[in-house]
Amino acid sequence: MAKVLMKGNEALGEAAIRAGCRYFFGYPITPQSELPHYLAWRLPEVGGVFLQAESEIAAINMVYGAAGSGARAMTSSSSPGVSLKMEGISYIAGAELPCVIVNMQRGGPGLGGIQPGQSDYFQAVKGGGHGDYKLLVLAPASVQEMVDTMAKAFELADKYRNPVMILGDGILGQMMEPVELPEMKDVETLPVKPWATTGAKERTPNIINSLFLDPEELEAHNLKLQAKYEQMIQEETMAESYQTDDAEIVVVGYGSSARVAKAAVDQARAEGIKAGLFRPITLFPFPKKEIEQACRQAKNVLTVEMSLGQLVEDVRYNLEFRVPVHFYGRVGGMVPTTRAVLTEIKRLTQGGEKA
Amino acid sequence: MITVFERPQSLTPAKTHYCPGCTHGIIHRLVAEVIDELGVREETIGVAPVGCSVLAYNYFNMDMHEAAHGRAPAVATGIKRVHPDKVVFTYQGDGDLAAIGTAEIIHAAARGEKITTIFVNNAIYGMTGGQMAPTTLIGQEATTAPSGRNAETQGYPIRMSEILATLDGAAYITRVSVHNPQEVAKAKKAIKTAFEMQLAGKGFSLVEVLSTCPTNWSLTPLKALKWLQENMIPYYPLGVKKALEEVKV
Ligand SMILES: Cc1ncc(C[n+]2csc(CCOP(=O)(O)OP(=O)(O)O)c2C)c(N)n1
Ligand code: SF4
Repeated sequence: MAKVLMKGNEALGEAAIRAGCRYFFGYPITPQSELPHYLAWRLPEVGGVFLQAESEIAAINMVYGAAGSGARAMTSSSSPGVSLKMEGISYIAGAELPCVIVNMQRGGPGLGGIQPGQSDYFQAVKGGGHGDYKLLVLAPASVQEMVDTMAKAFELADKYRNPVMILGDGILGQMMEPVELPEMKDVETLPVKPWATTGAKERTPNIINSLFLDPEELEAHNLKLQAKYEQMIQEETMAESYQTDDAEIVVVGYGSSARVAKAAVDQARAEGIKAGLFRPITLFPFPKKEIEQACRQAKNVLTVEMSLGQLVEDVRYNLEFRVPVHFYGRVGGMVPTTRAVLTEIKRLTQGGEKA
Repeated sequence: MITVFERPQSLTPAKTHYCPGCTHGIIHRLVAEVIDELGVREETIGVAPVGCSVLAYNYFNMDMHEAAHGRAPAVATGIKRVHPDKVVFTYQGDGDLAAIGTAEIIHAAARGEKITTIFVNNAIYGMTGGQMAPTTLIGQEATTAPSGRNAETQGYPIRMSEILATLDGAAYITRVSVHNPQEVAKAKKAIKTAFEMQLAGKGFSLVEVLSTCPTNWSLTPLKALKWLQENMIPYYPLGVKKALEEVKV
């Protein structure tokens, strides 16, 4: 199929439709608005429903209802809106329903700004809402990868009956790149969901629920969820390792930061520094084996983030503190520059001033 | 032998957890009877709220979806948009619908979502221990209004049905009571009309049912029924607030 030039947010929308999603519920917020703008005309064209809700709280609860009644449903937002969705996300995880949530992160905290950020890493990866639950968190780094990630997200959501978050940022949402779109999935061929609330015709009623008043039952439910998360850790990690075979310094970043880091790694290599890039694509489950492999020669590791040190904690933890892990980040909508990352790489490999 | 009284098919045999004399039970039964009579049990998806009726999914014998506090209308919207041919209802208390879930109910009604809401107004937070509700009457005692609700500091009770009736998306909004057999019969008729409105695709329908909470009102069940009649009805007048077509209740 021929490539087309598309904006990240719009490509995500088209990819969702091609993955068989017919229901979108959302509330406007910058910098993800092109996604709802696109779906507002595109979904009706394929017989789907686009609904602008009264709030992010309502939107995620509409997704909760639609997912519970068997549909591939999604919502998207950006940082402040995603915070509002946390209650609903916890219920969806608790009730074990599949759905996709997009967060095109911007700078925080509070109203923050409207420029790109990556400071919702903890919220996405460590929980965010109440209770012991996990989202599968996918972090694409190009428009093409966003398209591919969307199909994967719905697949994983159905496989695990678990909400999946696509954690992007304002840059990825806004930028244009050529993409190859997948074939349109026939919605008739999507996995059947015998547990869904579709009307109890000639069967016993289905109940979608996250309430277990008996502590023993609630503990058993939690352990069942944990077993699912354990299976994700075993089976679903994804990462990119670039020039890491002989790397003495490995730069780690996800999403837009990883693109900057990659350019810095290329420049470092051009100057004879053995630098490599490790880019987690799944943030939960974190690709532990992959990062250990990528960093096996490393004397230093450097994370590059658009936050003030969130990913760095998981990198240290997953490398079991065997290698010094350093951090470089910009926030508030400021983006790390290749030059600054290169300066850090040089400082760590050759000594010198901090960027 | 002829059967003169039996459990509606739409109710499970489960024993409810409701306090003695609580009218939640009557309202459950009315909803179940109506669903039976309309022959739509197998086509119906109910949304249970957070409140004393949080376990409604164990009592209604049909597909049920438990929702977060106040969010039932949004959950019901999601379900109905996926299954426009099914019957979808929410069953919500006054704290659920008129405090934490005000935005969701107003907008579901404004959008004309083709769902039916059973709104149980007992002027108190039952489940969490008798705290003041948005519908608690002036002077009425609550655990968070120990000397009675004071308009000066706690504002005024909300008449949700009257507010919702102003919205163009609402097809049928009515207030009923269940404090005596005559009113119970009228309440059932109203609930049936509300479901019929949904089946006819007319828009959003809601039946507000004035209900008792003997436990948190600290009254015997009989005195609670009397208190409802004497105190709630004057502030919350019964009757149809809006009906797209001439409907007699
Ligand atoms: C987000 C959230 N806040 C608070 C609660 C606690 N809570 C449970 S039920 C309830 C009030 C229920 O009152 P109402 O809706 O009037 O129903 P009733 O119990 O009287 O039938 C509250 C505050 C909760 N479960 N979730
Ligand atoms: S606390 Fe009140 S509303 Fe709840 S079951 Fe008891 S009497 Fe009914």
